[in-house]
Amino acid sequence: MIGLNGAGVRRGERWIFRHLDLQLGPGRCLAVLGPNGRGKTTLIRALAGLLPLAEGERSAPQEIGYVAQSIGDSVPYRCLDVVVMGRARRIGLFGSPSRADYRAAEDALAQVDGLRFADRFFNRLSGGERQIVMLARALVTGAEVLILDEPASALDLANQALLLSVLHQLRADGRHAILFSTHLPQHALCIADEALLMLGVEEHLQGAADTVMTEANLARLYGIPIHRARVAGTVEAVVPVFLDGVGTARS
Amino acid sequence: MTVSSAADSRDGVTAHAAATNRSWLLVAMAAALVAMMVVALCAGRFSVTPGTALRIVAAQILPGGLEADWSSLQERIVLLVRMPRVLMAAACGAGLALCGAALQGVFRNPLVSPHILGVSSGASLGGAVAILLGVSGAGLVGLSFLAGAAALLLVGLLARIDGRSGVVTVVLTGVVVSALFSALVSMAQFLADPDSSLPAIVFWLMGSFAAAGWRQTLLAAPVILAGGLVIWAMRFRINLLSLGEDDARMLGVRVERDRWLIFAAVALVEATVVSFSGVIGWVGLVVPHFARLLVGSDHRILIPASALMGGAYLLLIDTIARTATTAEIPLGVLTAIVGAPIFALLLRQRQKQEMGE
Repeated sequence: MIGLNGAGVRRGERWIFRHLDLQLGPGRCLAVLGPNGRGKTTLIRALAGLLPLAEGERSAPQEIGYVAQSIGDSVPYRCLDVVVMGRARRIGLFGSPSRADYRAAEDALAQVDGLRFADRFFNRLSGGERQIVMLARALVTGAEVLILDEPASALDLANQALLLSVLHQLRADGRHAILFSTHLPQHALCIADEALLMLGVEEHLQGAADTVMTEANLARLYGIPIHRARVAGTVEAVVPVFLDGVGTARS
Repeated sequence: MTVSSAADSRDGVTAHAAATNRSWLLVAMAAALVAMMVVALCAGRFSVTPGTALRIVAAQILPGGLEADWSSLQERIVLLVRMPRVLMAAACGAGLALCGAALQGVFRNPLVSPHILGVSSGASLGGAVAILLGVSGAGLVGLSFLAGAAALLLVGLLARIDGRSGVVTVVLTGVVVSALFSALVSMAQFLADPDSSLPAIVFWLMGSFAAAGWRQTLLAAPVILAGGLVIWAMRFRINLLSLGEDDARMLGVRVERDRWLIFAAVALVEATVVSFSGVIGWVGLVVPHFARLLVGSDHRILIPASALMGGAYLLLIDTIARTATTAEIPLGVLTAIVGAPIFALLLRQRQKQEMGE
């Protein structure tokens, strides 16, 4: 459905990533993990077709539902009007959204539990609320590939749960291929079938999320000790071990 | 069944309430424009009462005509002198304001005016050269229009790198091309005869509708209308473009093509306005801000609202220009004198609002 073959992106002389292979079909969900500056956003933008590849190939459908990481303050429209823009492909050059387009936009907002934002102005929402509205816009495009750049970065815990359950449902319907980047390994463990760890420019670990995201691999990825633990019998948690000022792990 | 009807009413409430609210505002603005037209028909050194002016106009439109209880001088002044000028001022004001609103959206920058594309500088040069060469009338208009179009073409060619042109590149290129053409206008003025062509160039550049008769109006208005209609038809596209390049592209917008389509329509309007009436600044900058304050930022309503308000505003300015003193005050001077303080107040108001939130 969407894939990269030997892909690489270069900025000037410096490679951001190289030799990256990736395939994702419908009903599958892939999480991209890596520390700051390792090229997650570059990879996401290349997948979305916003950045040209310096080498390798990309195969993707025309239509992609895309949620960017930072969403401008300068969008002075009502949220419902923002979501309905997701229908742009169905609206001609000289057209405006119809009643049916608005109904689809309301349904998409309802799907992400965001109907209460419909009449509020997008630029007056908090960052997390904007991400939810943007997810609705990605859904209303009807695209079968969804690409989300750190969709949870500004969400509180309840909204993280909401986001994960929406993505979980979309994956379960078997029609969508979902690809997201995240700084929260737990999210990957929770809903992703596969994980891609960006260890270095040419070094990528990819495979079933549960088997790739070992304590050792995650520690290598982030440079701090990380534990995986069962909590309350069924929930698996990923616990980073943060150090205190003296450099020893708190007990 | 229940579900779909619930969805219907839900949809109906939000979308419908917004729609009626909007059309009411537009109707009020259209009424203000018509009222301003009547005032402009009546005002002047030879004043005509509104009733007489309306009956003179009605007599032309109604199939049976009306019994004339007015003098033939009154009729000539209303129909032949003021009417074409009123229509020209309204069309130019509407065109400039609508172009300003469209460009502010596309560039995502509220300080952009239609002059940013270099078109008005180009058209100025064309007009100045025409006057320098002793060409007037249709030749002046034609040369001015062609030079305006050439300026946009130049901006387009310079701003395109590898088949793409970023918004910032277009703005900067527009500034460069404007500067170049302005320098050439100065050169034309330097070369002009200080007794005849120099004052002609200077007055023409300051803008005036004094030359607007039916011939000019019937030539200019349809072109402005055509450019305006293209922009109005693309009002939802302008919303999409105002999201920024990446967002718009991911939503399936052909950003480059749509943007240049709007630029071309703006150039058509701007070059027409400048070639017929000289450079009229500030309308395209100030009026969209005013409209935004009243109707919000959604271009589906901002574009028509700007057009209606721009028409009324320039008509008001032109009426002041020709009635305030015995000599006509140049339009470009008045729009700046009125526009700059209004703009400053608007900016302060907006800043206050934002700080209050």
